[in-house]
Amino acid sequence: MTELSLNILDICQNSIKAECSEVRIIINEDIKNDILYMDIIDDGYGMDKEFLKKVEDPFTTTRTTRKVGMGIPLLKMECEMADGCFKIDSEKNVGTEIHCSFQYSNIDRPPLGDICDTILCLIRLNPQIDFFYSHIYDGEKFDFSTKEVREILGDVPLDTDEVLQFIKNYLDENIKNLYGGKTK
Amino acid sequence: MKSLAELAAIRDKMKAQVNIREENTENAIRVVVGMATCGIAAGARPVLNAFVEETAKRNLDNVMVTQTGCIGVCRLEPIVEITLPGEEKVTYVKMTPEKVAKVVADHIVNKKVVTEYTIGAAE
Ligand SMILES: Nc1ncnc2c1ncn2[C@@H]1O[C@H](COP(=O)(O)OP(=O)(O)O)[C@@H](O)[C@H]1O
Ligand SMILES: [Mg+2]
Repeated sequence: MTELSLNILDICQNSIKAECSEVRIIINEDIKNDILYMDIIDDGYGMDKEFLKKVEDPFTTTRTTRKVGMGIPLLKMECEMADGCFKIDSEKNVGTEIHCSFQYSNIDRPPLGDICDTILCLIRLNPQIDFFYSHIYDGEKFDFSTKEVREILGDVPLDTDEVLQFIKNYLDENIKNLYGGKTK
Repeated sequence: MKSLAELAAIRDKMKAQVNIREENTENAIRVVVGMATCGIAAGARPVLNAFVEETAKRNLDNVMVTQTGCIGVCRLEPIVEITLPGEEKVTYVKMTPEKVAKVVADHIVNKKVVTEYTIGAAE
């Protein structure tokens, strides 16, 4: 993918298909140690150990339209090309965790890209699911949780235009602030 | 800096209007965006966000934007299917945010299919 935020969107589609009620997206730009960490954790129906062994192989998919799965092998390959690691763990009826990393300064590491657009897209399409997003840049941290937003909103749905517009501006500003006011 | 506290004001403003948007699901215009790996890689994310923003801007609250997996023609992604109530589904291919603006104006608002963007024109 051209941006890691697109890989995140894609990996979350697996979680959504697995009927999760929450996805946690955790990004840590550890500048000092030159590592970018990315975790995506869901509480969907998971995979059994047998299937999990095969899932890093591009010929594994439970979809019927095409014979190869791509999302997981693609992310794994991107990690490895940028001197990072990829790890997936899953438990049936409990959930799935992906932990991966990249050498931050590696020229083969795709940029993070528009993470705000990814979160917005996820909320718009899945207002019933909770998204937790935590982003650390050089030790500074920003957390966002739709649960918290829902608590304030009460009966007003999360996917109301005005609410989404607010979330968009809120994420934009806070992510910019994380980078010290610079756009990234 | 924006803080979540501002949401309380939005909530109070919206509360009065909440009931209006629930009714229309039967007469809804359906917009389905292909969001499998191939669709996302080809640019489905900005296309989806453009649909939502364009319809919000025009106050078209009878438009339902949803996702689907792989539609099966990866080289024509991003693919979007639009169904007006009581009509055949129209499949648009190789969509971009610019094309979305035209499709919303012509097809969704004026009920005129943008033939040159459809799968029939691409094949
Ligand atoms: N979070 C998850 N929960 C449950 N099953 C998953 C999850 N992620 C992946 N899978 C399984 O692994 C398969 C391969 O995933 P992926 O590489 O993304 O390809 P695709 O989504 O195109 O099938 C999926 O079809 C699904 O069966
Ligand atoms: Mg997938």
